[in-house]
Amino acid sequence: MLKTRIIPVLLLKNGRMVKGKQFAGFRDVGDPVSAARIYNAQNADELAFLDIEASGEGRKTLLDVVGKVSKECFMPLAVGGGVTSVEDVRELLRAGADKVIITSAAVENPELICQAARIFGNQCVIGGVDVKREGEKYFVYTHSGKIKTNLDLIAHLRDLESRGAGELFVNSIDRDGMMQGCDLELASVVKENTRRPAILCGGAGHFMHLADAVQKAGVHAVACASLFHFGDNNPVRARSYLKNLGVPVKNIK
Amino acid sequence: MIGVIDYGMGNLRSVQNALVFLGYETELISRPEGLSAPSHLILPGVGSYAAAMKNLRRQNLEGEIKNQVAQGKPFLGVCLGMQLMSTTGTEGGEVLGLNLVPGSVVPLDLPAERLVPHVGWNRLEKRVDHPIFQGVKPHIDFYFGHSYQFKPGAVGDVLAFADYGGDLVAAVSRKNAVGLQFHPEKSQDAGLKIVQNFCEWGGSC
Repeated sequence: MLKTRIIPVLLLKNGRMVKGKQFAGFRDVGDPVSAARIYNAQNADELAFLDIEASGEGRKTLLDVVGKVSKECFMPLAVGGGVTSVEDVRELLRAGADKVIITSAAVENPELICQAARIFGNQCVIGGVDVKREGEKYFVYTHSGKIKTNLDLIAHLRDLESRGAGELFVNSIDRDGMMQGCDLELASVVKENTRRPAILCGGAGHFMHLADAVQKAGVHAVACASLFHFGDNNPVRARSYLKNLGVPVKNIK
Repeated sequence: MIGVIDYGMGNLRSVQNALVFLGYETELISRPEGLSAPSHLILPGVGSYAAAMKNLRRQNLEGEIKNQVAQGKPFLGVCLGMQLMSTTGTEGGEVLGLNLVPGSVVPLDLPAERLVPHVGWNRLEKRVDHPIFQGVKPHIDFYFGHSYQFKPGAVGDVLAFADYGGDLVAAVSRKNAVGLQFHPEKSQDAGLKIVQNFCEWGGSC
């Protein structure tokens, strides 16, 4: 039986790990390599690195961090932020990433998803979607939530799927950093309209929120940052909590 | 020394990192004449079957890999590397594989409620006690990420299945060649144990 993954997210800016609320107001939460070491010791299911700077300088730092982490952390590493070409994907995989998250470029140049999936396989390509809810409607954003698009969310998700994204990383901008629970309606929209494993990100502030995303909305994986950054919580405790609720989690011992 | 075959199909770094972490001497091998010196060979890889076989042939590696395996050298294929051990593949057009373990590689064909790719942690349902699994407890999970599956010609070549809406082949073996669909180099302690078991294995069962 396939297990539910809980994926710590490490946001990178100027080589440091940061965390904000609703994609703004970032504060420093430590050194990413040290954090990855700790998550590794706690047998996290996977790590997601997202570079929110996405500049030339940021790219070098990202490659450096991924390179260091992959030398000692033997778990899947998903990496994204500013990926705009097949060469970017290749470079990240070479540095030690297993999967690449493509978000803004998936809107601006959707062909990149096809190319990357064809060359590296669709298990390597994660389609990222940053979503903000306004009233009853969901809007797709790019560039770390700075640019609002006029894309229809469902059409965009289906486009990512048909072009070859093997997983979908759906990040709720309005829930980000708020720790009040994940957007389960958003998760349902993704689940009902696509046939790819979805990673739901944004809003988890308690282990119960992870359980809700899995048991009520049926997501394959939940990604979270604040939950682990700002409390006495870690992947070991998350697994125990979920296991007690009957959620299938990874066995390591 | 453990040779990691470099044929331009990504993710060699992870396998090498695991070997270095475990304290083994390792080298990337991209030419056929380099395949004889290592005591063990590992064929990693992610990407499409057809592109991978094309690269192996372009680098003249295919014949010498088969030759080394025929001579008894322990060989490990990981993920796409495992799939290439089959007779034929269908990803990117029908092509011949290394034919180390008879069988074909076809798209995952799963019940409607199971999503493709099969991605995440799953346990092994072992069929055979192989030295490569020594010291690995039965309920441990390993990391998988694939959209195609190995369908062996003979069920006797299957070492382990994984349950995902039915049995998926997770590990195959014939003589001194072993193939793993999951990523031991990405499966934390138990995965590293399997890498270590392979490096200490003489090639007989």
